[in-house]
Amino acid sequence: MPRGYAGKFLEVNLSSEKISDTTFDEEILRQYIGGRGLAAKILWDRLGKKWESVDPLGPKNIFLALTGPLTAIHPGARICASGKSPQSNGIIGSTTSGEFPSELKFAGYDGVIVSGKASSPVYILVTDGKGEIRDAEKLWGMEGFDIIKGINTEVRNELGKRAPKVGKWREPGIIYIGPAGETKGRTAAVMQKISHAAGYGGYGAVMGSKNLKAIVAKGTGPMPDVASPMAVKLLWNEMDKHNIGREGMRHAGTGYGGYEVGARASAEPVRNWQEEWHDEKSFGGDRFDLRYWTKRYWSDFNCASSCMKLAVVKTGPWKGAITDNPDYELQAYLGPNLGIYDPGECIYLSSVIDYLGLSGINGPNVLAFAAELYQRGILTKEDLGMELKWGDVKAFEALARKMCSREGIGDILAEGVYRAALKISEIKGVDVTPFAVHVKGVEIGAHGTRSGLDMRPIGYACSVQAGDHTSAVYDAYSDMRSVFTDSAVVCSFTVNRELIWDFYRAVTGWDTTQEQWNTILGHRITHIQRAALLLGGPDIKWDPEEDDDNPPRYYEPLPSGPQKGLTTDKKVVEEMKNQYYAAIGWDERGIPKSDVLKKLGLKDVDRAIAKLRK
Amino acid sequence: MLIPGVEIPQLCTQCHDYPCIEVCPVEALTIDTKTPAVLVDREKCTSCGLCVEACPGQIPYLHPEDRKAVICDLCGGDPKCVKACQDARFNVLTIIRQMWSTNTRKLFARTPEDLTADVAVNLFGEKAEELI
Repeated sequence: MPRGYAGKFLEVNLSSEKISDTTFDEEILRQYIGGRGLAAKILWDRLGKKWESVDPLGPKNIFLALTGPLTAIHPGARICASGKSPQSNGIIGSTTSGEFPSELKFAGYDGVIVSGKASSPVYILVTDGKGEIRDAEKLWGMEGFDIIKGINTEVRNELGKRAPKVGKWREPGIIYIGPAGETKGRTAAVMQKISHAAGYGGYGAVMGSKNLKAIVAKGTGPMPDVASPMAVKLLWNEMDKHNIGREGMRHAGTGYGGYEVGARASAEPVRNWQEEWHDEKSFGGDRFDLRYWTKRYWSDFNCASSCMKLAVVKTGPWKGAITDNPDYELQAYLGPNLGIYDPGECIYLSSVIDYLGLSGINGPNVLAFAAELYQRGILTKEDLGMELKWGDVKAFEALARKMCSREGIGDILAEGVYRAALKISEIKGVDVTPFAVHVKGVEIGAHGTRSGLDMRPIGYACSVQAGDHTSAVYDAYSDMRSVFTDSAVVCSFTVNRELIWDFYRAVTGWDTTQEQWNTILGHRITHIQRAALLLGGPDIKWDPEEDDDNPPRYYEPLPSGPQKGLTTDKKVVEEMKNQYYAAIGWDERGIPKSDVLKKLGLKDVDRAIAKLRK
Repeated sequence: MLIPGVEIPQLCTQCHDYPCIEVCPVEALTIDTKTPAVLVDREKCTSCGLCVEACPGQIPYLHPEDRKAVICDLCGGDPKCVKACQDARFNVLTIIRQMWSTNTRKLFARTPEDLTADVAVNLFGEKAEELI
């Protein structure tokens, strides 16, 4: 067995309630590593032939929760959720941090592969070398803290009963969905802890469609062996030094971004991206920091970065709200993007979004979209069941809850911004798609392209993960870095670029070089993802000639701030796009070239997408 | 100490737009070449007090003896206050060399009342509102 891996994957079929262990050849693991890479491989092998007909929210889809060889050994352990995405209809690798991946490894598993659909709500419990399906009827409908409390109590009691004399069990690692996932909202996240989410891709909805409320892991085994323990120890110390040395990140995480990115870079969403600049000092990081952060250094297992901060609102109308940070993305999307400039209000809304299990980027993007339609008079008070003015916290909370209960307009908005825009255009007879800020169905991260000071013009347009800001593209070489961190499944914040490949080789014992990864192995994963994205279906299909582009909003000139008048240059986008296509091996229409696929050993992918070539 | 238990060190944040330097009529204030600190040319200073008023925090003051402006010069890049705090293991003052941009520093240019209120709420919750 290759080093760094626990050795087996848990295979669960919820329809037949069959549970088994499965393994992969060392060669496959060497090439696809784990996480996003292995997810692409598994999904393509199992669903590739009928990809277009697989409903992401149907029982045929597969839900994957995978670790990688560096998970829990390298600082910043994460779990990668994947499957056929209900947002892009392609494959997205979406990661979230917490203790679940470590516990999974302690239990002797590298991942969980879930297929089928349970007849009633269930959760999967993974313990040492064993998996079981358990009833989750009582947990269904619960939010955030209640789910964690419910599962903790039940699982600890159960484990205590099975092994009576070993003392109290520590809490297990949990990934779960909130009400948003239960109702198959396409902006639902796979949650971990109270506020950690694998948001992009909508995998919360995939779990919900399988009636799978949670996966819980508790192991007592050791970590997997590594190939060179002494080298790993040395490198681990170096990584720690690197992370402890990053004072800014340790001190504030990304929690100063909500003011910073807007004021300095003019790249923050303001009122559904109508503007990208604001200079509201009331929203400064210091206001979060001094008044609301009650625990400054908070991190997951094995991580010295501690970019998380526990935020509690102790006074005023939003008293009692508890959440993490909020980090930059949530500050932006639940702050300026909804016309909110009060940290207390932002923390309150963040906690609501987290407890509901909505993705903090994708969900609020839809809220802002609805608010802009209200501002323009396209959606009325009657449509929404309420007024929806910018900055109205209560109204946004009510709308988010409607999205989760699928009540009224919420039923349409729960389908994500792109599908909602199509539906509203149809109902209202007005084209509202220009107000939907997404790329290929995935709502965009809070980094704009217009000022030229933040995201690159083709960052989202050519990405196989579409609107995912953590996987934005550049030159088909250096952007393989994010494919690597998602596949080895570690946090991209903690990675020391100079040492990560040494670390990887010391753990696995393989001689993979960065060069090989950036030119062959990473490309192979990207090409499978690209093929799946272009095949899409059954409800949506993307045309690369039209859809490899920024949303229309990104071509409107910035209306305010020091970068006023600037906008994304369509000509530059086209030029960079062509360069990117050439560099990665796609033809001028953006379809992977036949000879490139053959060279990468992806003949079946080549056959499957042959029909897309004219 | 505005509220007992909430002692807030007041330090110059080196605002990126330097309102104190902007307002000085005799160009007695300059930016250090090594650090972003403000240096006072005591020869040129006319004790007008405009920098004291211009500061969004409460940093400059006129020295009680010669009435010349006093502003933190970061001890030439190695602040002694940080060293003292670290030596005493209070670990309250640390040097953070990587902030995202200069805009962020300015956020801390606030009055002691303002800063104390925030920290007091964090520590005392609703009780703080009575005390402020």
